[in-house]
Amino acid sequence: MLIRTHDNGFIHPNASEITPPAVWQQRRQWLRAVGATGLMASGLAAAATGPGQNRPLPGVPSKVPGAMVMDKLTGYDDVTSYNNFYEFGTDKADPKQRAHTLRTEPWSVVVEGLAGKPGRFGLEDLLRLAPMEERIYRLRCVEGWSMVIPWVGYSLSELLRRVQPQGSAKFVAFDTLADPQQMPGVRGGILDWPYVEGLRMDEAMHPLTMLAFGLYGEVMPKQNGAPLRLVVPWKYGFKSIKSVVRIRLLDKQPVSSWEKAAPQEYGFYSNVNPKVDHPRWSQATERRIGEDGVFTRKRPTLMFNGYEAQVGSLYAGMDLRRNF
Amino acid sequence: MRHWLAQRWLWWALLGLLAWPALSLLQGALANTLGANPAEVLIRSTGDWTLRALCLVLAVTPARIWLGQPLLARYRRLLGLTVFVYAFLHLLCYAWLDMGLDLADIGRDIAKRNFILVGFAAFVLLLAMALTSFNRAIRALGARRWQALHRSVYAVAGLGLLHFFWMRSGKQDFAEVAVYAALLAALLGWRLWRALRQRMGRA
Repeated sequence: MLIRTHDNGFIHPNASEITPPAVWQQRRQWLRAVGATGLMASGLAAAATGPGQNRPLPGVPSKVPGAMVMDKLTGYDDVTSYNNFYEFGTDKADPKQRAHTLRTEPWSVVVEGLAGKPGRFGLEDLLRLAPMEERIYRLRCVEGWSMVIPWVGYSLSELLRRVQPQGSAKFVAFDTLADPQQMPGVRGGILDWPYVEGLRMDEAMHPLTMLAFGLYGEVMPKQNGAPLRLVVPWKYGFKSIKSVVRIRLLDKQPVSSWEKAAPQEYGFYSNVNPKVDHPRWSQATERRIGEDGVFTRKRPTLMFNGYEAQVGSLYAGMDLRRNF
Repeated sequence: MRHWLAQRWLWWALLGLLAWPALSLLQGALANTLGANPAEVLIRSTGDWTLRALCLVLAVTPARIWLGQPLLARYRRLLGLTVFVYAFLHLLCYAWLDMGLDLADIGRDIAKRNFILVGFAAFVLLLAMALTSFNRAIRALGARRWQALHRSVYAVAGLGLLHFFWMRSGKQDFAEVAVYAALLAALLGWRLWRALRQRMGRA
């Protein structure tokens, strides 16, 4: 009955024949995902995709200078199974085994201190705050190993600009969640919880300083600092604080957790610097995880982890041996 | 029938048991099953096994006296050499995997860092004991001097523990350090207590 007449034009189909909303929404989601993947693939060869363990979080390749290094990516398994996240234990295998107790929803971040418009940002708002970018950064751990990770997120400056830092705000401090219920490591006394990190305002506003919400095109695995973390690629990995719940704009330099715990070993700046040794080992070389074999010679570590062209000017005239 | 502690197979079985961790690490390194950072696993595990073997060898004499089993002394040399072999593997892994066998670099590292120096000093003492571990060396040195030299195992315990403590101080994680400290303190404390009691008895 192709042509509807007055007799049958208003006959409605059986309720069971109507496509349920869940199904058509799924289809739209699927189309969006495919579209996004296609977009990324056409954008550049980069666009790393994970194994599909977490929800997709695509990002367009970043245009920020230095944000797309050409090094070979560290495999997803290594990136997500070899982690320092002391809230879940001091062994690098602990976070993957134990971080499942972390509840990332609901989640919000308080931004306070010397800001014109301080506030509490829900995770949903943060995810929509700026376009998601994929950035391929080197990560150099203070322990002498390194990885290359495709993060998804945007510059921290996007968030900081919205809260309107006052002229007197010279530093930014960050806190990790410290909930002994969710984080077994917080019940122990390894560090003075919560974990605190800090940056100078110009470091925090640098476009390479990133708020990351995912990696390998998917939302952040819990062991890597879900649901959002900082990534500062020219500093040792411990500066890239995980699972952030509080950001404070300050006029005085904050004391970071490792500075407090071992001031002779860890400084506030902690820039990657092959010429300044850790008291117990040299920082001149590093082992690239998953790429360098057991018997491969360690590779030379680069000044500012290879980001000297982008960030060297931040430290012009500073004695980096003293300000380590 | 020989005493069960004098059975040859028992010695070989113990040797197999002591070699097992080293062989499984070697197998893991060759099969690439040691995780994301196999070099770190090799360096740390050989260090851990050095400390464990050290606790074992220091337990021989107390066990011999408590259990009234003089034949246990037969296993002391094997256990002592096990400590040396694991310490040697530990040093080799560090020198090769971390330092690329660059001897000048290694020399500078030892001179520059107390953490490395203390570990290396313990190794030198273990080397001296390993080189004088056979019967002819005992005869050549004379029992008294040989015993004095081999008492440096007590110093090795202190140096090894300090090395481990410094290594863990970076992570502020002293739980395992405390376990080894308690074990070694008990084993050395027992000797001290016994020596004092004997001196009092004689006086």
